[in-house]
Amino acid sequence: MAKRITTPLTDEVIGGLRAGDDVLLTGVIYTARDAAHKRLVALLDRGDPLPFKLEGATIFYVGPTPPKPGKVIGSAGPTTSGRMDPYALRLIEHGLKGMIGKGKRSQAVRDAMVENRAVYFAGLGGGGALAAQCVKSVKLVAYEDLGTEAIREMYVEDFPLIVANDIYSGDAYDEGRAKYEKK
Amino acid sequence: MRQIDASVITGHVARMCVSANCNLPCENLAAMEAAVPTEESPLGRRILEKLLENHRLAAAEQVPACQDTGLVVVFAEVGQDVHITGGGFEDAVNEGVRIGYRDGFLRKSAVFDPLFERKNTGDNTPAIIHTRIVPGDRIRLIVAPKGGGAENMSATKMLTPADGADGVKSFVLDTVSKAGPNACPPLIVGVGIGGTFDMVNLLAKKALVRKLGSHNPDPKLAVLEDELLEAVNRLGVGPQGFGGTTTALAVHIEAYACHIASLPVAVNLNCHVSPHETVEI
Repeated sequence: MAKRITTPLTDEVIGGLRAGDDVLLTGVIYTARDAAHKRLVALLDRGDPLPFKLEGATIFYVGPTPPKPGKVIGSAGPTTSGRMDPYALRLIEHGLKGMIGKGKRSQAVRDAMVENRAVYFAGLGGGGALAAQCVKSVKLVAYEDLGTEAIREMYVEDFPLIVANDIYSGDAYDEGRAKYEKK
Repeated sequence: MRQIDASVITGHVARMCVSANCNLPCENLAAMEAAVPTEESPLGRRILEKLLENHRLAAAEQVPACQDTGLVVVFAEVGQDVHITGGGFEDAVNEGVRIGYRDGFLRKSAVFDPLFERKNTGDNTPAIIHTRIVPGDRIRLIVAPKGGGAENMSATKMLTPADGADGVKSFVLDTVSKAGPNACPPLIVGVGIGGTFDMVNLLAKKALVRKLGSHNPDPKLAVLEDELLEAVNRLGVGPQGFGGTTTALAVHIEAYACHIASLPVAVNLNCHVSPHETVEI
């Protein structure tokens, strides 16, 4: 049975999540991938304000396809999260609570999640058509020049995700693979 | 001399860019359907079913199955008795990409100045075009948009002859193992063996656009394909990397002659979507 959770993610909700849990996420999330992360960290380096409030926020690593007429978004599945690892550390230190992507995270990011009570969810890689059905509205926040890589505010409803890394050092990828690896 | 107008090429490329991204090859769907009952992990089975649901939805609504609609790789075989009129061949292909990605609402994922500015080109051009001149008066085009996630986990190694088949096997397994969940399993594994440093990567890419599950005509390589598929599926990576017995749907090998000193091997990974279409003009 999937757990229903809403953003902004509280420490209490995050504390109740375990690697491997199915969740349905509802609420506001922000899209950002490689180029936007680079700019966000440059702002942090300069001590400048970010284009959205990072404390308590959840970031979705996605570069959607453009919407067809009458739709709010095109396909919108997760991209590989590991590319954001060098930037994610800084964002977690500044209050980022949730990340949505696919694939493994570095040990440094996993440690930062434990230390700062943040959680990492995996979406369905290659499942962008299905994911788009959970996206109810989209608003441009910053960096329109980046095209698909711009930061957008999305409202999602019952977005199906799997907890990949929790705050107890649990890793659904490592645990799952260990069960089925045949030497 | 048969004349083919450049606009005909443009039209086919535009259509195929859209169609390839929205409609998985039917062999891919069949392979995933076949994997559901054999997958040992309950979560893995659920993921395979969800992916199939996604792919059917994409086809029904003609939206891309994956938001990464790729950089467009084109394999062209141009008959030497064809005269292309009304424009250059590569310009015609790139115009097709431009139209397909604009009118098909596909993602523009190309940046120029890759190291410094990384500015989006805005129309998903340029395509990566591999052209061969062949006998005849036809043009055969394979349009294969290639996503970045699986591409990033691909690898090349210059083995030496003494490394042999065991060296090839361990490099393929090592590459798939390192890719883990990042390349969006279940995968299609394209393996190039032989040629030169440049050629071996092209062989691996060509292996990806072969009909899923088909075998190399060389019986020894066909056996190696089966052995590698079984070994890859023992790694435990599973659908989306959450553990299971369906890590790859197929391993395809393409081989070519090579230098007496060399045994190049390349592993090009593709996700289950693996978009590509073929046309003969």
